[in-house]
Amino acid sequence: MSAPFAQQIIDGMAALTLLISFALLAQHRMLSVLNWFAAQGLLLAATAAVVAYSSGEYELYISAIMTFLLKGLLLPWMLWRVIRKLHVHREVEPIMNSGLTIMIAIAVTLFAFHVVQPIEVTSDLMTRNSMAIATACVLLSMLMMITRKKAITQVIGFLAVENSLFFAAIGATNGMPLVVEIGIAFDVLIAALIFGLFFFQIRNTFDSMEIDTLNASLIHKDEDE
Amino acid sequence: MNFFLATLLTPLLGGLLLGVIRNPKSAAKLNILTSSLTFIFSLFLAFEVLGKDSVHAMQDWFYLDSYNVFLVSLTAFVGMTTTIFSKPYMQHELEIERVNERRMRLYHSMYQLFQFGMLLGFTSNNIGVLWVSLELATLATVLLVSLYRTPAAIAAAWKYFILCGMGIALALFGTILVFFTSSAVLGHGNEALTWSLLYTHASDLDPTVMGIAFCFLMVGYGTKVGLVPMHAWLPDAHGEGPTPVSAVLSGLLLNLALYALVRFKMLVDGSTHSDMAGHIMMGFGMISLLVAAMSLHKQRDIKRMFSFSSIEHMALMTFAFGIGTPLASFAALLHMTVHSLVKSGIFFTVGHAAQIMGTQKMAEIRGLIYHHPGIGWGLLIGTAAIAGFPPFAVFMSEFLLFTATLESYPWLAVPLLLGLLIAMGGLFRFVQPMVYGETAEHAKAVHVNMTPVYIHFALALLLGLAIPSFLSYWYHQAAALITGGIV
Repeated sequence: MSAPFAQQIIDGMAALTLLISFALLAQHRMLSVLNWFAAQGLLLAATAAVVAYSSGEYELYISAIMTFLLKGLLLPWMLWRVIRKLHVHREVEPIMNSGLTIMIAIAVTLFAFHVVQPIEVTSDLMTRNSMAIATACVLLSMLMMITRKKAITQVIGFLAVENSLFFAAIGATNGMPLVVEIGIAFDVLIAALIFGLFFFQIRNTFDSMEIDTLNASLIHKDEDE
Repeated sequence: MNFFLATLLTPLLGGLLLGVIRNPKSAAKLNILTSSLTFIFSLFLAFEVLGKDSVHAMQDWFYLDSYNVFLVSLTAFVGMTTTIFSKPYMQHELEIERVNERRMRLYHSMYQLFQFGMLLGFTSNNIGVLWVSLELATLATVLLVSLYRTPAAIAAAWKYFILCGMGIALALFGTILVFFTSSAVLGHGNEALTWSLLYTHASDLDPTVMGIAFCFLMVGYGTKVGLVPMHAWLPDAHGEGPTPVSAVLSGLLLNLALYALVRFKMLVDGSTHSDMAGHIMMGFGMISLLVAAMSLHKQRDIKRMFSFSSIEHMALMTFAFGIGTPLASFAALLHMTVHSLVKSGIFFTVGHAAQIMGTQKMAEIRGLIYHHPGIGWGLLIGTAAIAGFPPFAVFMSEFLLFTATLESYPWLAVPLLLGLLIAMGGLFRFVQPMVYGETAEHAKAVHVNMTPVYIHFALALLLGLAIPSFLSYWYHQAAALITGGIV
């Protein structure tokens, strides 16, 4: 594969990743959010494989396989099982002011490109264009966490942030060293298991998956009424 | 070398073993044994490092210098005394059925895993592994905070998990940015994440990238330090979790986050040759100090009140590291040590007080000194120590910090002093009636063990009167290391 061609593929995948971040932000149905999240994981694994092939960093193949198994299959499957068990898979989550959210998202993306500009000129890696997109994805996933009111979609936002970070690592640096990559994957897996536990605890304790209900139990402790 | 491995592996093995022990009483004993062994090994380790300036272990994966060696021993020490405190405390919680035996197993196992994460973080020479271990310690404490499974505990743990997860994600992004520029200098491999190599090559790193990276690292690790405005998780996690957990959160985990931040500051300073990083830290520190000091006055829950005091003290250290002169760094390191000792001691006392009164509401805790003089005096002495009264070492470090501020940024001494005074007022406003006040009738007899508390306070007193020469040597060395990059 010649360098410009690989570059084009990677740029195309970066654009798709950004598109998925927007899609995640705008979805109302629980199952669609989950499907887009799974798609992001699969795309990420594919990107890692392409970068591995074009850069000759063989460690990245291992990362790609790990990503495929963990973020493309295992995590979406776990979340899917959880929402089945909690009977929330058909639920529709209203997003407050979705037009405004998308406007903010566009502004955030522009901001990310602006911030990253001075960084990109310092690198001669062919994947450096994706740095700005990765930054945008991180910020968009955080925006998703802010705009969502349900525990499960918040967690998907959290995992989308992790996905974007992984994208930043492969895009900007051809991947972190394998030891660190494995450590991060391990932490994400443990975090996902704990999240799973929490969903059931929240449901049993609060009879609701709304974050506002959770916070209400803390508010009375905060300050004088 | 071998002591290093022993220090690191003891809590890991202990944690795994505690995961299968069903009897809470023997588990508590094993918990103490594991932590004591860890502490003894860490002392040998410190002795080994003393005399050499730095020790590398397992090729370049682990690195001990004067900046982290005393923090390792401190972590192991507070970890040990906390297990001693936790034995009767958690036994009582079991008796009043706030926890069951299964959750006690989770508690002991996660406690040791948390210790492992802490020690791994402090000793790791790889900034990626440092991140992984901080996340590991966070995940372990999330399970500990939610231990009581009350609505408030679950909500607090969720908030802690989400906010710190967010923060730590930003820190990872900062780490990726550092790797982005360092891999151009040190090659695409583990060397580019090895702190000791990065430190010697700091001036080759791209200043623009390092500057942007520091902003992400500041917000990321700053969330974990508990700096305003990312502090929202801290009072909830401290208030709703079991008291031994509050003690190690305040006394140890916040230290690790600040430690990581300062490690990065050294790199950024060496790369940018400016005060940029220092000024950002000073800004966050000063604002956090003032906000925490004022929020302290509005609290009603005793553990939440003292958690705001923790934010205040972490803010002081952040501010001091931000000034970055040798004197300020010395003050910050001393403050880090004493704050860990005194604050965990206070949380032990508060835990017993809350058990005796059966509540954490300050309005219902009254007349401790009549019910249980040991606890009353403990709370009084601890508060005096943390508020910065001489002859305790907090006074020493705050005085040094004040001097350093006058030396470098005289006009900032005014808000600094103001913050300290407001916080002191808040502490005594609440503690005085709790200690003396009219006797409460609902007091219960509880088995308490005040020995760890007195040991902590005695050490704080000792450090205030005379700092041992080896410790001051380490402080001086570390302060020189921290200051080194700026010039």
